[in-house]
Amino acid sequence: MNEQVQDKLKVLAESAKYDVSCASGGTSRKNRPGMTGSAEGWGICHSFTEDGRCVSLLKIMLTNNCIYDCAYCINRRSNDIRRATLTVQELTDLTLEFYRRNYIEGLFLSSGIINNPDHTMERMVRVVKELRTVHHYNGYIHMKSIPGASRELVNEAGLYADRLSVNIEIPKEQNLKMLAPEKDHQSIFRPMFYIQQGVLASADERKRFRHAPRFAPAGQSTQMIIGATDESDKEILRLSTALYQRPSMKRVYYSGYIPVNTYDTRLPALKQAPLVRENRLYQADWLMRFYGFQAGEIADDAYPNLDLEIDPKLAWALRHPEAFPVDVNKADHAMILRVPGIGVKSAGLIIASRRYGRVTASSLAKMGVVMKKARYFISCGELPNYTVNEIQPEYIRQTLTEKKKTKKEPDKRQLSILFPE
Amino acid sequence: MLVFRYDKTFEGLLTSLFDAYSRKTFPERLLSENEQLPMFAEQAHLVVTETAKAARVWTALEKKLSEPVCGMLMHVWLSELPGSDELLFRYMRKAFDSPSSIAGNFIDKDVLEVMKIARKVSREREHLMQFVRFQKTADDIFFAPVSPLYNALPLTLPYFTSRFADQKWLIYDLKRRYGYYYDLETASEVSLDKDEHLAGGKLDENIMAQDEKLFQEMWKEYTRSLTIRERLNPKLQRQHMPQRFWKYMPEKN
Ligand code: SF4
Repeated sequence: MNEQVQDKLKVLAESAKYDVSCASGGTSRKNRPGMTGSAEGWGICHSFTEDGRCVSLLKIMLTNNCIYDCAYCINRRSNDIRRATLTVQELTDLTLEFYRRNYIEGLFLSSGIINNPDHTMERMVRVVKELRTVHHYNGYIHMKSIPGASRELVNEAGLYADRLSVNIEIPKEQNLKMLAPEKDHQSIFRPMFYIQQGVLASADERKRFRHAPRFAPAGQSTQMIIGATDESDKEILRLSTALYQRPSMKRVYYSGYIPVNTYDTRLPALKQAPLVRENRLYQADWLMRFYGFQAGEIADDAYPNLDLEIDPKLAWALRHPEAFPVDVNKADHAMILRVPGIGVKSAGLIIASRRYGRVTASSLAKMGVVMKKARYFISCGELPNYTVNEIQPEYIRQTLTEKKKTKKEPDKRQLSILFPE
Repeated sequence: MLVFRYDKTFEGLLTSLFDAYSRKTFPERLLSENEQLPMFAEQAHLVVTETAKAARVWTALEKKLSEPVCGMLMHVWLSELPGSDELLFRYMRKAFDSPSSIAGNFIDKDVLEVMKIARKVSREREHLMQFVRFQKTADDIFFAPVSPLYNALPLTLPYFTSRFADQKWLIYDLKRRYGYYYDLETASEVSLDKDEHLAGGKLDENIMAQDEKLFQEMWKEYTRSLTIRERLNPKLQRQHMPQRFWKYMPEKN
């Protein structure tokens, strides 16, 4: 290890940083005697960058050289940036040394394409194979599968990696082809399918032979870039739903397009990444995975794009006043989950507590329910309630989106209130 | 008013419960052995901690409450928050007196409070798992100083012993002046007679392993390169990674 590696590390981290799918999780690899590490439990963030993002894995590219020219990528061959390539040994050393200091949860390996997809994939597989077989490294590994990689190499990667991923990048194929002429949906969905088959085959074999090798035990994930092309949220969420229906698909990530190659006129001229939209998509995704919502309930033909002002759950509730008020002492779990201001945790607490007595407004607040929102949508047999049925949804929306006065600058024109609330 | 005095250990607390039930009198306050009696205390009972009594109370509790709930009580104890012993006393008493489990009754303010404190301690345990940073010494021991808000270090042992099973390490709580040393087989509690020189949390360069500085710098540089400058959000960073941990983290120094 020396300063030269330090320099490469810097270049390659810069190149890998826009990939958001950093979370590790879903595997349990217990430590076994004589091995380094374990990948138990779920993803732990070991640091946070100044932009507030989680650093869980050593996210790095084997090389940022690339023969492709994808418009949305800083590493495209037509960009004049510093290029670097790490050797297999340098990469394994870095991973192990960082891991031993508790800096990271594991490795997230991706790469630009050198020569051709399989050549690249082969070098990546060598890294993960060496970590597992030579160094007995037992921590988490997420490896990107290169679009267009062959079945054999995907299969080998699955033996060593915990999670594999192939990024869709652009939801609609014609848009993908416009921005990334060397790629098409087939080159992405094929390796995805290989991974799925590998996961299913191994699960099946392990039923019969307990020690049959595991294949990507944390399944696969993918990522879409949001706002570089014209897809609506409805189209994006529909694609996510279809992806989640595949047996091995664990997460779909959304990444607001960061205007990196502003000179390229095929791309929209954005000043800033569409962060609010990205956040709303994650909320919608969350609603589909944990709150029992269907994609069509969140965005449909009448409302093809998510409301940027309010979260998708509140938006749904305001469009459906007929579903409320929900009686927190009687309603079933699914309906309680639909109340704005009630999360998965507080819904659980409500259900657990009401066997012991009536749940009141004050106990709701103590359980962490955001009453400011929830009160328009619930009844608990005490408050004389003004719910979404008595008050216009439009008015509730206004009240809830009003800008909060910042504490630092109280409105000077107003007299301070003499009585505390 | 009746007060109990005890030695402020967890076993002592369990013994207090034992005494209360066998004397059939329940204290309104729990004080340490040398704390001043409140003016209106009419009676004080001195609890003598006994392992056997404590064990009987704990076993009885384990029959009444599920394993995760017993774990929560342990978390609350480790919070070291003022009044948490009295809270635990009330909770355990309710658990014993109620015919069915009280664990899910969050309408009861003690039950809710226990859960909330346990959650806070559990967050701190997670924070340790996230933000502990080892520095490698010249004799191949990985050393990490910590000073958590709650006494959560013991709760992290299963994690650290499993994860770092093939390296020697020492994690030391500078605030509470004890730590755990793992010798490749087991982790045992240690107290250093002299720990003043560690106060800053940094190893002296002459006892550092040769590459240690370089790796610290590489990590620092790496996290910096990962930052997307168009999206700076220091508030979010502090929210996820409380500032009290920064002094021992190379990326923040
Ligand atoms: S193939 Fe990957 S690294 Fe290469 S230009 Fe396209 S997105 Fe960038």
